Amino acid sequence: MRRFVLAGLAVTLLAGPIALDAARAAPAPVELLNVSYDPTRELYRDINTSFAQSWKAKTGQDVTIRQSHGGSGAQARSVIEGSPADVVTLALAYDIDSIADKAKLLPANWQTRLPHGSTPYYSTIVFLVRKGNPKGIHDWGDLIRPGVQVITPNPKTSGGARWNYLAAWGYAQKTYGAAGARGYMIKLLKNVPVLDSGARGSTTTFVQRGQGDVLLAWENEAFLAVNELGKGQFDIVVPSVSIRAEPPVSLVDANVDRKGTRAVATAYLNYLYTRPAQQIIAKDYYRPVDPVVAKQYADKFPRLKLFTIQNFGGWTKAQAAHFADGGSFDQIFAAAKQ
Amino acid sequence: MTTASALLAPAGPGRRPRWLRRRVAMPGLGLTLGVTLTWLGLLVLLPIAAVVVRSLGLGPAHFAAVAFSPRALAAYRLSFGAALAAAAINGIFGLLIVWVLVRYRFPGKRLASALVDLPFALPTAVAGIALTAIYANTGIVGAPLASIGLRLAYNPSGVVLALVFIGLPFVVRTVEPVLADLGQDIEEAAATLGASRLAVFRRVLLPEIMPALLTGFALAFARGVGEYGSVIFIAGNMPYKSEIAPLLIVTQLEQFDYEGATAIAAVMLVVSFAMLAVINLIQARERRWRDGA
Repeated sequence: MRRFVLAGLAVTLLAGPIALDAARAAPAPVELLNVSYDPTRELYRDINTSFAQSWKAKTGQDVTIRQSHGGSGAQARSVIEGSPADVVTLALAYDIDSIADKAKLLPANWQTRLPHGSTPYYSTIVFLVRKGNPKGIHDWGDLIRPGVQVITPNPKTSGGARWNYLAAWGYAQKTYGAAGARGYMIKLLKNVPVLDSGARGSTTTFVQRGQGDVLLAWENEAFLAVNELGKGQFDIVVPSVSIRAEPPVSLVDANVDRKGTRAVATAYLNYLYTRPAQQIIAKDYYRPVDPVVAKQYADKFPRLKLFTIQNFGGWTKAQAAHFADGGSFDQIFAAAKQ
Repeated sequence: MTTASALLAPAGPGRRPRWLRRRVAMPGLGLTLGVTLTWLGLLVLLPIAAVVVRSLGLGPAHFAAVAFSPRALAAYRLSFGAALAAAAINGIFGLLIVWVLVRYRFPGKRLASALVDLPFALPTAVAGIALTAIYANTGIVGAPLASIGLRLAYNPSGVVLALVFIGLPFVVRTVEPVLADLGQDIEEAAATLGASRLAVFRRVLLPEIMPALLTGFALAFARGVGEYGSVIFIAGNMPYKSEIAPLLIVTQLEQFDYEGATAIAAVMLVVSFAMLAVINLIQARERRWRDGA
């Protein structure tokens, strides 16, 4: 314990002056750690460069942002277990709630601290199919036809998969009613041949390994596959309705206070809402929240009806009803194996 | 074994307790034993004890609900079943490879021998990705196999495939020195005494290498039960079908269910321990039978 106190003291002594000196002439360089979810590698690589320039111009201080990527749940767990993240940028609010709840590293009301529920951009879930759409997949209803193979990650471990699952559930509820939704989901899961643990893994399985007829994917991931990973091999199919997927961001208060990086970390998160950052966000295929930038890129993003997590009563309720042990996902899998 | 008992025999008298006195012929026992116990305690016993203690915190009803759920049972069946199958396959083909490497000379033999060790050195994730790329129904080996209805990836046979790859060097490297020590003369002696080739193998060779083969089998099996990195790429990871127990543990962890994860880990620990104990018992019995004969 004493060692930790001493280490903490040393870190504060070293890092404290950095924060204090931030405004002065030649401040020491600072480093931030952004713990993020799976498909944001390209996004934050671009934003970090842009923020570092802006911060340098404003304060004269060099800032380096280190990135960590992985399944959203696993990333949250690493922060709970002591990863010194200054900021977390995860796939869904529940994972940041867990950090607040289990490790008390940030206040429970974290989501109210930044605009738009601390969500600087949003996205949705669309279908990626093979070129020319040989299986004729146009909407959620086509996914449960016999002989259609659907690739999606495991919602127990992947944030993106939880959005996929709820998007399908929302469609089924709307189309078949509450009672019919379960039957739809059983048929859907029967058509899933491989469950990867993260969104990137599923994209690889579909794109590189050639498995399945349709990939349920983050819209940004689908655009990336169509425009960069496998140019000319895939088409995006936009379903009639989907979910508004909101990946939120937060400061990890206990860590920034220990490291003395609160000022620069706060500036980093605020920067996500600025015009230049929103431009990068839109260029990397995420939907910007800034109305001006959104309008500018309106043609880029297909228009479709989006329902939100509030349809499911918020993340805490959705998690308990669908993804906790014995929740709908477990029940449906038990039923689908018969 | 014989050298050890010879060293133990001429024990001088002393004031130490009997069990210690018998071993004083070897220098430095106290120090090395102390280091050994500390080392094993810190690296092996302590983490295992933590697993057991943590899982006991669940209470028996909750423990049973998590550790023996149908999904967990299916995962144990797959993990232990695939590890057994893979170890058995490695037992047969590993022995064959040892035979060739020890008894014959051919160009490229050293390269072949080095290749056997590759699964030791290769990061398991690389192995998993490479195996999947080749054996998936779009891969160069997988595609022709798929056309005759044989699918080796994204189902339980993919798990066995990955474990065969991972376990091969354990069998080969355990049996190789024993067979090399054996020398060709006893086979020739048996042959001149009129034994058929099959009889030479079955009654002369096999009994000699059986303990080493069993050790190799046990090592390959133990490695297979715990393997995670290579399997998750090729298994398909479908609950009830192709989900291995270590993946289920990771899944529980990622849902922040630490107790559930340790419960499954505790079951795996007990079963692995029991199976290794049985294999050791068979080995001991074998040795006793041979020494007595």
